Amino acid sequence: MTADVSLLNLSKAFNGVAALNDVSLEINAGEFIVLLGPSGCGKSTLLSIIGGFLAASSGKVLIGGKDMTSVPPSVRPTTTMFQDYALFPHMSLRDNVAFGLRMRKVGRKERNHTADTFLDMVGLKASANRKPHELSGGQRQRVALARALSVSPDLLLLDEPLGALDMKLRRQMQDELKAIQKEIGTTFIHVTHDQEEAMAIADRIVVMNQGAIEGLGKPSDIYMRPQSLFSACFMGEVNLISGTVATINKQQYTIKTKIGSFDLLADAFVNSEPQVDNDVTLCIRPEQISARSDAGRNLKPLISAKIVSSAFFGTHFRCLLAPDLAPELRLIAHLPQSSEMLQGSVVDLVIDTANITVLLSA
Amino acid sequence: MYSRLSNVLCGTYFIAIYGFIFLPVAVLVLYSFQDGTLPIPPFNGVTFKWYSEVFADSKLMSALANSIIVAVLSSIIACLLGFCAAYALSRYRLPGSAFQRILITAPMTVSYLIIALGLLVLFNWMGIRLSLWTVGVGHVVINLPLCFAIIYASMGDHQKNIERAARDLGANNFQVILLITAPMLMPSILAALFLSITFSWDEFIISFLLSRFDVTLPVEIWSLLRSGLNPKTNAIGSLVFLLSVGLLIILELFVFRQRSQK
Repeated sequence: MTADVSLLNLSKAFNGVAALNDVSLEINAGEFIVLLGPSGCGKSTLLSIIGGFLAASSGKVLIGGKDMTSVPPSVRPTTTMFQDYALFPHMSLRDNVAFGLRMRKVGRKERNHTADTFLDMVGLKASANRKPHELSGGQRQRVALARALSVSPDLLLLDEPLGALDMKLRRQMQDELKAIQKEIGTTFIHVTHDQEEAMAIADRIVVMNQGAIEGLGKPSDIYMRPQSLFSACFMGEVNLISGTVATINKQQYTIKTKIGSFDLLADAFVNSEPQVDNDVTLCIRPEQISARSDAGRNLKPLISAKIVSSAFFGTHFRCLLAPDLAPELRLIAHLPQSSEMLQGSVVDLVIDTANITVLLSA
Repeated sequence: MYSRLSNVLCGTYFIAIYGFIFLPVAVLVLYSFQDGTLPIPPFNGVTFKWYSEVFADSKLMSALANSIIVAVLSSIIACLLGFCAAYALSRYRLPGSAFQRILITAPMTVSYLIIALGLLVLFNWMGIRLSLWTVGVGHVVINLPLCFAIIYASMGDHQKNIERAARDLGANNFQVILLITAPMLMPSILAALFLSITFSWDEFIISFLLSRFDVTLPVEIWSLLRSGLNPKTNAIGSLVFLLSVGLLIILELFVFRQRSQK
């Protein structure tokens, strides 16, 4: 089962300190939404309000069109997958998964059958009679997922469920979560502070900071077309270069910066229409900067720069560069593995202007 | 040389401390088999006749039964009340919860004699006649703080989240306590229960002051002792000791071992 969710003007304050500030969000049925943000940004508070564990100070939660604002968790069509799994330690896996059905007065035979089906889905059918403490972290996480899904919720809330797993297992669980979500079609709302995880699983990402939504969109848009400086920085490394709008000629905008001028099209400006003399910030991802030899179309020839330091990261060299025009600036660039990056040497750089995002300075 | 000396010292200390604790019990048990009328050296040889006398003594046997009933019932009640208090104080924000916690555990620091005297005055004033029931009430009073302290100490925030998960899956408060909280805390609940039973089983002062015609075993043994030393008292003493040891073994096997597995 699945349902759409509407959050209308939700606010929450703890002892006078605002944790959520007038948050509104529309989620479609069957969507995989990720709430992403640093700790203390209000994402877990928002999830708790959707699940009914916290009451909002003001605002409404609608699930499937019905007002759920003051409905207790046990009656909401939602279930939660907790960060610490919260499995029942004294029950077998089968009884854990069947618990929700037991509370719904489903007969033992039927609920055990359903529990086995869900354990099978997460690959733990053979362990149905074991206790949670006999399992590894990843297995417990799967049981928690099976338990949460066994009551066919309209909406599954995932509270940093992969936080305690190691990197390799986390990647694997991300793939499984995504596949299971596509298979059953339930709306998932997943909270994480890991932007890679968010991009790996989300249909849409909601970037949050200080109790408010900073950005909303597909992973590629959130990364390539950030709607705020915070989103730009939180989604990964970025070069922020300030400049001013020098001339506007039809759809061509020329922006002057310390490292040269850039000719950009209107779609580079994500959140507003720029005027001449406006102060702006250019967001350039490190992988959009390359050495001249691999030049292509849409590439802006840039001044030469000196390599201040470089480190090998496996997939690329991460280089700190000092442009000759503004030697006090530091550009971060991800250059190909094959390049010889000697400290102190001078390289000619080009920038892929098609993917530069420009934000108006407040 | 040095380590050998310390080994010898350690060994002596080991023997001394366990001798100090267990020698009196060993002597008691040994002279319960005394083939003679006095439980004092020299040891004349082995006989089981004192044990058969104990089992033939209807007063002793009914006191034994009384003791078991009082111990089990009062411990169950103390555990139940202790669990409820611990649940309330750890899961809800109550007015003056720190003060309430102190209030519940305070009777642990009061001597049994004072508690017994207080209850005696109270029962007299209320016109309640002394019986095994009043002894049981006294035992609940002394064991409740213990049960509360043990169970409260094992209630953590991790379990709170597990209870939250149960509610999320549709359980009401009563179902959460019955199906999740109590089974999850079963090791500490059982530890509290068995400890209370042992304490109640051994308790003398309260049983003595709050009982009249039906008495518990320690009170009956005390009245036996008034007629002088006798290997029969050694025999009943050994039986009491055996039962306590039995409870301790059960506790160890089923409660503490289970806990260490987790």
